[in-house]
Amino acid sequence: MLGGPLIIATSLFYLGLLFAVAYWADRQADRGHSVIAHPTVYALSLAVYCTAWTYYGSVGRAAQSGIGFLPIYIGPTLGAALWVFLLLKMIRVSKSQRITSIADFISSRHGKSHLLGGLVTIIAVVGIIPYIALQLKAVSNSFTILLHYPDIIMPSHATTLPIWQDTALYVALLLALFTILFGTRHLDASERHEGLVAAIAFESIIKLLALTAVGLFVTFGLYHGFADVMQQAKTAGLLQPMFDSSSVTSINWFSFSFLAAMAVLLLPRQFQVAVVENSSERHLSRAVWLFPLYLLLINIFVLPIALAGRLAFPDGSVDADTFVLTLPIAHGQEWLAMLSYLGGLSAATGMVIVEAIALSTMVCNDLVMPLLLRHWRTRTAPVDMTSVLLLVRRSAIFIILLLGYTYFRVAGEAYALVSIGLISFAAVAQFAPTLFGGLYWRGGTQAGALAGLGAGFLVWIYTLLLPSFAKSGWLPGSFLEFGPFGIEFLIPQALFGLSGFGEITHCLFWSLTANVGAYVAVSLYKPPNAEETAQASLFVDAMKYDRPAVGLWRGNAEVDELKQLASRFLGGQKVEAAFEDFYRNKGTVYDTSQPADAETVHFAETLLTGAIGSASARVMVASVAQEEPLGLDEVMGILDEASHIRAHSKALEEKSRELEQATTELRSANTRLQELDQLKDDFMSSVTHELRTPLTSIRAFSEMLHDDPKIHLDDRKRFLSIIVSETERLTRLVNQVLDLASIESGRGEWTTGEVNVTGLIRQSIEATEQLFRDKGILVVVDIPDGEHRVWADHDRLMQVMLNLLSNAVKFVPDTDGKIIVRLQIAPENYQVSVTDNGPGIAENQQVMIFEKFQRGDDREGANPMGTGLGLPISRQIIEHFGGQLWVESSLNNGATFSFTIPKGQTALTNTAHQE
Amino acid sequence: MTQHILIVDDEKNIAISVDYLLRREGFEVSVAHDGEEGLKLIKSLQPDLVLLDVMMPKLNGFEVCEAVKRDPALSSIRIIMLTAKGRDAEKEKGLTLGADAYITKPFATRDLVTQVKALLE
Repeated sequence: MLGGPLIIATSLFYLGLLFAVAYWADRQADRGHSVIAHPTVYALSLAVYCTAWTYYGSVGRAAQSGIGFLPIYIGPTLGAALWVFLLLKMIRVSKSQRITSIADFISSRHGKSHLLGGLVTIIAVVGIIPYIALQLKAVSNSFTILLHYPDIIMPSHATTLPIWQDTALYVALLLALFTILFGTRHLDASERHEGLVAAIAFESIIKLLALTAVGLFVTFGLYHGFADVMQQAKTAGLLQPMFDSSSVTSINWFSFSFLAAMAVLLLPRQFQVAVVENSSERHLSRAVWLFPLYLLLINIFVLPIALAGRLAFPDGSVDADTFVLTLPIAHGQEWLAMLSYLGGLSAATGMVIVEAIALSTMVCNDLVMPLLLRHWRTRTAPVDMTSVLLLVRRSAIFIILLLGYTYFRVAGEAYALVSIGLISFAAVAQFAPTLFGGLYWRGGTQAGALAGLGAGFLVWIYTLLLPSFAKSGWLPGSFLEFGPFGIEFLIPQALFGLSGFGEITHCLFWSLTANVGAYVAVSLYKPPNAEETAQASLFVDAMKYDRPAVGLWRGNAEVDELKQLASRFLGGQKVEAAFEDFYRNKGTVYDTSQPADAETVHFAETLLTGAIGSASARVMVASVAQEEPLGLDEVMGILDEASHIRAHSKALEEKSRELEQATTELRSANTRLQELDQLKDDFMSSVTHELRTPLTSIRAFSEMLHDDPKIHLDDRKRFLSIIVSETERLTRLVNQVLDLASIESGRGEWTTGEVNVTGLIRQSIEATEQLFRDKGILVVVDIPDGEHRVWADHDRLMQVMLNLLSNAVKFVPDTDGKIIVRLQIAPENYQVSVTDNGPGIAENQQVMIFEKFQRGDDREGANPMGTGLGLPISRQIIEHFGGQLWVESSLNNGATFSFTIPKGQTALTNTAHQE
Repeated sequence: MTQHILIVDDEKNIAISVDYLLRREGFEVSVAHDGEEGLKLIKSLQPDLVLLDVMMPKLNGFEVCEAVKRDPALSSIRIIMLTAKGRDAEKEKGLTLGADAYITKPFATRDLVTQVKALLE
């Protein structure tokens, strides 16, 4: 049986488990085995996006408006595609500049301005505090509901309880303590919080598991699958009104998706996990699909749970936001209810912890530090600042959570809390123009950014925050209806008469219009100064390998002074190690008494930026280094030089690429030459062999006849006839070698003209008639009627035909030899084939026989008198006229040699080209 | 006792001429027309000397030579390689494989006979 002590013990045990995970991950990191240096852990940590608002609220939203909960997840899913360059650039810039928060990012880009950082921080705090309140409310409500198990009692309004009985207060205090322990162990915020990220990734798994468990129980335990839930909801008449009353019009779908896509990068906690805690740019490629997949999984059961809740509690007595918890309770599943509660707890704690850390960094660096620096201008500052900084951060965390709690106390069930999710999103969306503009547009200035952010923020307050207060009853509602002082075109949610969009879309439209307009207009009005130009180039050119590596600085400072300065904020040991490391990488001698060069000053400033933000770091470094301010033209000069060097090195690179290309080409040409040389050698060697063979017989017989006059007359006759035939063979060989050489070299003589193919075939058969008769061969001629003309060389074509026919004669069997000569007419060409019923050619020989001096060795009864050049020459001739020559055969099944000759124009142009 | 010579050459006319030439000198002569047949006859006839062409279908002369010299029962048989590819590299290869002499085509008939006789003494 559940009860207060058990639930509290379990909650504490869960938080303890979280701490154990974090502690373990920190230990592993100290030993050099980073747990979070893994793309999956990175993607899971991004899922801190899914808060209690997702966990409980999606179901509530689905119960009201059907699929209206989806844009919040579709936006980031679509937006993830942009991460590969957008988020990558944000990470690259932040790593090189040691940027630790979105406020610092925007401030650093626009000339390291305290004012700008402060404004971003204020917007973030105002936008996020209610969001934290929502988490506290979720935890405290779910705790209270679970406490009443097995009854289902909606929690009474917190504001009616005395403060010391309010669970939310204890939740807030506990989380503050927890966050301080988690997040402020190290000072340099640019050091990754290994433990924190590991714990967040762990929480992402828990909340997904819990919601999936409830979803499975509802869908497959209470019903027979998705279709069953839908069917029953339809029967009960729930489905139709739900989709009818959907508040999400298509324009809202777009604006909600857009908001969510922005929020997933711009919410302080998202910037923290996605940019600051990122350990490798390569992790992005997995996050791009794994994070959307996570969103898909966590949303699969939202609709079934919402419908099941509506079916289970038809009277509306149970808040739809609690269905995830109350459905298991209603069916007596106490452990599932406990798991569900833990899932909600993990969703809320993950958000609160990361958000509080991110906000505390911003508050410390961009609000408190500037004030402290001003304060110490007139008074002596403490030597060791580390403890001051830690104290500031810890207090900030504490105060942020207390503010969250206070908002929850005040707002309670009011509209201003219930609808806060998208209102928060709309607040952080104000960062988009300056952040993304700053990454890609050199022209953005500090004044422009201030104007844009300010304008957007004011419009947001006027069109979204104030109305939400009015709807909560804290402000008179009349100005919502009639406009302030009755001025109609100033009605907050129908500004300048724009109505019918829904409040979020309306706010987004006007606030971003004002924001972008002011940012661009003011930036253009006054051109950027030196500092702004220098910073702009560091950001915009971040992806270029040859961007200026250091900030632009000129002045006098000693290394020792810089070191002492940094030590005051970061501790001596750490700074000493960092400086040693820096000089080792730089490759120069580490001598603290030397004057520091620009690179060293920049290094010290970057080191400090990690701890106190870029604007404060700039102020601190300036306090020890006597800086001579650079004029704009000097900055432009340095940047110009950099771009000249860039252009020069690009040209060099281009040249060396060309050279490399040329080398590769030369190498391959050389290889080709060597191959050709080898081919020529082989050819010569083959020709030599083919010449020597007949010569051998001729010489041997001639010598024998010459030496021995007494040889028998019959032998004498036989020997002489061998000599004659070998001489003929020699002649044939010499002719064919010359023939081939002339064709191959392109110097062949061609007498092209119209050739009648049918006539040519008949002529060739007549010419070989004697051979057929001698061997008793049956010749079948299959030629269509009529004349068919091609453009070719008659004698050459005849040469091919005779070669194919005489080959066929050689290989048909001595009895029942049969040769078929066929002409086929295709649309493009004529195909002539000569088929014999000889022994056929094995497949492995079919390529070889077209090579020079490669007689079909394995063909039984191969004629030793062949030169081995007939087929290669024939193929050359056919290819000269744009046709092909090939063989089809299988062993013991005869062989068919075919060639094609193109019709008409093809042959003509081809020939023209050859001549 | 008449000495037995085997001619292995796929060129029929060359085989005819050498056959005639050596018979006239009083040798007993057999002829094979490719490497495979040649090796078979070497094993069955156990000739005293083989005139072995290099470029032949099926087994080439080098392969036959190697097989003969590797077989202890045949290794005493003298081998003269005949080749139309008069390259030093080829000659070398034949000799390292164990051939006793190497004659380039076309050859003087007198030289051939002298070589054969010299090896059979």
